[in-house]
Amino acid sequence: MSNSKHLKIVLAGNPNCGKSSLFNKLTGLNQKITNVPGTTIENKLGVIKVNNTAINLVDTPGTYSFNPKSLDEEEAVKIFFETPKPDIILYIADSANLKRNLFYFSQLARKGIPMILVLNMLDVATFKGVEIDKERLEKELGIRVFKINGRTGEGVDEVKKTLDEDQFVPHFDFGEDHTNSHEQVYTSINQLLQKTTVQKTKRELVSNKIDKIATHPILGYMLFLGVLFLIFQSVFMLAEYPMNWIETGFSYFSEFLNGVMIDGWFKRLIINGLIAGVAGVVVFVPQIAILFFFMSLLEDTGYMARVSFIMDKMLRGLGLSGKSVVPLLSGAACAIPAIMSTRNIENWKDRLITIMVTPLMSCSARLPVYTLLISMAIPNTMVAGVFNLQALVLLAMYVLGTVAALIAAIGFKWIIKHDIPSYFIMELPIYHTPRWKNIWMTCWQKSLSFVKEAGKVILIVSVILWFLASYGPKPNKSFSLQEADNLEVSYAGKFGKVIEPTIKPIGFNWKIGIALITSFAAREVFVGTMSTIYSIDDEENFDQIRNKMKKDTLATGEPVYSIGVVLSLMIFYAFAMQCVSTLAVVYKETKSLKWPIIQFIYMTLLAYTGSFIVFNLFS
Amino acid sequence: MTLDELNIGQLARIQQVLDSPFKEKLQEMGCVPGVLIQPIFKAPFGDPIAYDIEGYTLSIRKSEAKNITVKPLDDLFKT
Repeated sequence: MSNSKHLKIVLAGNPNCGKSSLFNKLTGLNQKITNVPGTTIENKLGVIKVNNTAINLVDTPGTYSFNPKSLDEEEAVKIFFETPKPDIILYIADSANLKRNLFYFSQLARKGIPMILVLNMLDVATFKGVEIDKERLEKELGIRVFKINGRTGEGVDEVKKTLDEDQFVPHFDFGEDHTNSHEQVYTSINQLLQKTTVQKTKRELVSNKIDKIATHPILGYMLFLGVLFLIFQSVFMLAEYPMNWIETGFSYFSEFLNGVMIDGWFKRLIINGLIAGVAGVVVFVPQIAILFFFMSLLEDTGYMARVSFIMDKMLRGLGLSGKSVVPLLSGAACAIPAIMSTRNIENWKDRLITIMVTPLMSCSARLPVYTLLISMAIPNTMVAGVFNLQALVLLAMYVLGTVAALIAAIGFKWIIKHDIPSYFIMELPIYHTPRWKNIWMTCWQKSLSFVKEAGKVILIVSVILWFLASYGPKPNKSFSLQEADNLEVSYAGKFGKVIEPTIKPIGFNWKIGIALITSFAAREVFVGTMSTIYSIDDEENFDQIRNKMKKDTLATGEPVYSIGVVLSLMIFYAFAMQCVSTLAVVYKETKSLKWPIIQFIYMTLLAYTGSFIVFNLFS
Repeated sequence: MTLDELNIGQLARIQQVLDSPFKEKLQEMGCVPGVLIQPIFKAPFGDPIAYDIEGYTLSIRKSEAKNITVKPLDDLFKT
């Protein structure tokens, strides 16, 4: 091929065939995620140079066939229908699993595009007693075949070196392909494999031994609970340090700007609007990154598939599926990436229910709110000598969120009508030792997509809220504005007063009303708003905020923040849909306004009712 | 006999994949007539079931396994 051309090479293959490893090895760090126009789905693009030929290498999500069953798979095959067509398809196959891997290959082979076949995971194949005759396979298929080890990188250079050379269209006859003739395709694959592979006696894989424990009726669940405990323990413990650094960094930056900028509205917009907004997003990155590190570790090693396997039966009764486990767990960090991870759920109803209930899982933005409120109302005492009461209440909030999500799922199961039955036909990949590079990549890319998705919305909302909190109408002249001396006379304060009659039954006054409004940027803004209302400079000083809030009294002399009000607030924050970024993502993922609106309404109703009950029980 | 009725470890040959919305998916995953399949372990509560098929492990719900008819290999020897 000519040296001046930009070659477009597409990587394709089944899930779990080592495609990402090969992509990472071929491109190194020269990769970026591109949004496919009109969709929210992302393709990975890497630009490499081979013998002076520039090559655009596109990685596609793994799929089993040309007939996509999920959004992920839809994206994988779309690229083969685009113009210009890919110049070469680099097909990666799991050698231990060649028959099924060649099914998708056979479908691609009909496209008339030159192909290269890369055999990966030969070590597992050898272990299973399968030997592949590479030369014979090349002859039968009429294309180049390579043997690589995606883990060590062995053989990858040979593949890379030949990418700029002429490649061939497979000439093997796989027979006709339509839905009712998959048998015929498998028959021809069998004939091909009979000529090109030798099956010797196989040994039992370690994988099968691990599965005896991982899927055991008792040990399996204990192992899963243990893993969960470890993950959340590390998320909270490890994330604390970087979160502190980020907060300190931003406050130094604000102080610096405060010193160098000229006083005026622009300065306040930058410092109190923009920078506060950005800080509110970035501060959650450590928790989210750590949680995603563990999630991709569990997925990469193959354990997550087992969790789906043992949870499927239980979740099915609730209108979910085993595949809902990953989104629900991710929801404990942030609903945005969690909702995006529902794309591999094939059944629309299963996927929709998962999307609808995931925001009820207690995300990291609720944590600062819970921490402040618990410290106000719950005594710091020990229960039964070992458990800290405040910690127990915090744990209870997490349990409450999970239970609410599961119950809401049952509700949606009855409401949403869908004729196509859900199914759970899923490969349980063999266990791997972690491929660290892949894990870091996934972790980095997911955190980045959080910053982008949440960042856009939060930034806009924080600027709007800053305006509402800083300006108010001039007395007697409602159409001109002036800077508000304090929150009470600002637009936000006015709104707070307007909604006060509505929130009075659940124990909230107009000050809390303001916090409810500002929380739309992100729930943790509650803490910042409280410190503004009670005029505390240092937002991080929980003790100060707490003490001022505690001293606030009603006309009758009773404290505003009674136990009933505090508990009511906690319930409200647990259930209410106060996150504009999540609604935006739900809109994108369901491609309709209907679902985010329903989600907003049902969660608000749930919050209001819950708070109403709790407030009346405790006061 | 359908696939969900096999005991753990019982080797069988797939005879037919009945019509269902997930027939295509089953076929793509290698469940086609003539193929050997063997249940290797079950999830707690007995559902879904993991099968060894074509050298990899496939998880299928009981309700889906009902759509695949099989002939156990020991039966072949009896008849």
